[in-house]
Amino acid sequence: MTSVLSQAFFQHALLAGSLIALACGLVGYFLVLRAQLFTGDALSHVAFTGAMAALAGGYDLRLGLFAATIGVGLLLGGLGRRGRPDDVVIGSVFAWILGLGAFFLTVYTTSRSGSGNGGAGTSVLFGSIFGLSSSQTTLAVVIAGAICLLTLLVARPLLFATVDEAVAAARGVPVRLLGFGFLVLVGACAAEATQAVGSLLLLGLLAAPAGAAIRLTDRPFHALALSAGFAVAEMWGGLLLSAEFSTLPPSFTIMATASAVYAATFLVKPGRGRRAAGQPVGARV
Amino acid sequence: MPLAADVTSPVFSWNLVADFQDMWSYAFMVNAFRAGLVVSVVCAVVGWFMVLRRQTFAGHTLSVAAFPGASLAVLAGFSTSLGYFGFCVAAALVIAALGRKGQEGGAEESAVTGTVQAFALACGFLFISLYKGLLEGPTALLFGSFLGITTNQVTVLAVVGAVVLAVLAVIGRPLLFASVDPQVAAGRGVPVRLLGTLFLVLLGAATAEASQITGTLLVFALMVIPAATAGQLTARPGRSLLLSVLLGLGVCWAGLIAAYYQPYPLGFFVTTFAFGGYLLAYLLRLVREALGRSRERGQGQGQGPGPGQHGQGQGQGQHGHGAAAFTLGGAA
Repeated sequence: MTSVLSQAFFQHALLAGSLIALACGLVGYFLVLRAQLFTGDALSHVAFTGAMAALAGGYDLRLGLFAATIGVGLLLGGLGRRGRPDDVVIGSVFAWILGLGAFFLTVYTTSRSGSGNGGAGTSVLFGSIFGLSSSQTTLAVVIAGAICLLTLLVARPLLFATVDEAVAAARGVPVRLLGFGFLVLVGACAAEATQAVGSLLLLGLLAAPAGAAIRLTDRPFHALALSAGFAVAEMWGGLLLSAEFSTLPPSFTIMATASAVYAATFLVKPGRGRRAAGQPVGARV
Repeated sequence: MPLAADVTSPVFSWNLVADFQDMWSYAFMVNAFRAGLVVSVVCAVVGWFMVLRRQTFAGHTLSVAAFPGASLAVLAGFSTSLGYFGFCVAAALVIAALGRKGQEGGAEESAVTGTVQAFALACGFLFISLYKGLLEGPTALLFGSFLGITTNQVTVLAVVGAVVLAVLAVIGRPLLFASVDPQVAAGRGVPVRLLGTLFLVLLGAATAEASQITGTLLVFALMVIPAATAGQLTARPGRSLLLSVLLGLGVCWAGLIAAYYQPYPLGFFVTTFAFGGYLLAYLLRLVREALGRSRERGQGQGQGPGPGQHGQGQGQGQHGHGAAAFTLGGAA
């Protein structure tokens, strides 16, 4: 095991993974709080199509990732009322975008079959964190760090706008602008995390730590910190597990750790939600 | 951009009779058309309720649960149908047990749903990577292939589809009531929670059906887009249900025909046709609304007949209200 830990690929994965998880934990908390997780889901699938389109056109994969997720993030914001898209619209748009992804995948695998055929599709879908080069790691760290910084900068007004949109707007908080800015951050985060856990799984990194944090505390900034901490710890746990048991792919171990932590919070604290569920609506105060 | 050129694809001759005779001379195409019929009808009906209940995220997650089911079945050597149905129904029960706690639970429900989805996909990836023999990798499971549908599978699809539709026919009316106004329905003694769980199981069964045709990632297109399109065109429940069935069927068969003649995947055509229809319906609604407004203005003090337009506007408003109530849940 120690031999794996000292190898460059593992250190790259640990470094990039930590920052990516931190970004996902921070952005994911707001995503869950704003009940926009479905938007995050849609953007994560858009990442796949963007990457495939870039590959099919012969461009760098990351160009497609960022252009597609940020572009669609803004589009979804524009379609919805006050920067919050309707979930049927999201569903319709991203169902089509996934179909488009299948199209680009076919174009790519049939026209550019020189370099390892279907492997590219699978690695975009499910991530390839153990395959990062040192320059890719540096770039991932810089971008993920920037996403973290921006999220922390807007955290306070964004929280205000999330919890009470009307009051925030009346106090002069640019609610609509924040909504769009947040979707851009989610898009960038989705594009960034695709390299680590793949476009299909990153939803778990957005949802599970935030869900666990919200179950454990009611105080927003505690929950934000807890969500980020959970995400990083789950990333480390997953990477170590994958290094220990080499048959388990890292994306699976990361997701399994995250799901286990979230499940554990249900055991620790059966919580307000469960009790409220059994009661008729009027009985809740 | 160089496009894929597949020499083996047949050529569409515009002689429709000959084309269809040619297409249906292959057993797999006949099976694909039959399976498409069953799947698109079941998906359109279940999807119509899903859109009404604003459970599109849950629907997408259930469709994703089909992937680990199929890959585990491949790994363990079972029939894939068993894997599809087992996992989809199990995921439906998990979401029903942990999520859906009224308005305050909005944030938590979506976190549960998202985690179930990502974990299911991760398991699928694990099973695929443990199973080394699968030649094409996971893309066929994810994006669908209609080449391998057997007559046996079509029979299973038809039987399960009939059961789903029958159950839905029995619970349809109370479910509609519970979906539109859960509080009043609960007050009148409708078992809202039980109906919700039952509906999720039906949703799971329907996605398991469709996953076998369109692939696990694209089922969602057959569920949400026809219902959303019908919702743009009419606000009356019966009509929009019928319309979404017809749209689903049309899109599915058109996709099959296109995929027969072109080298690109079926899922791409189905989603593209469906989304194109949705955009057309959206534009049509805008035009109708604009016309209705100008007609009202022409007739002076709003005495004019235009009930269709009014009903439409109310339907949209109601949707918006539901969305606002859902997002408010996050603040609790």
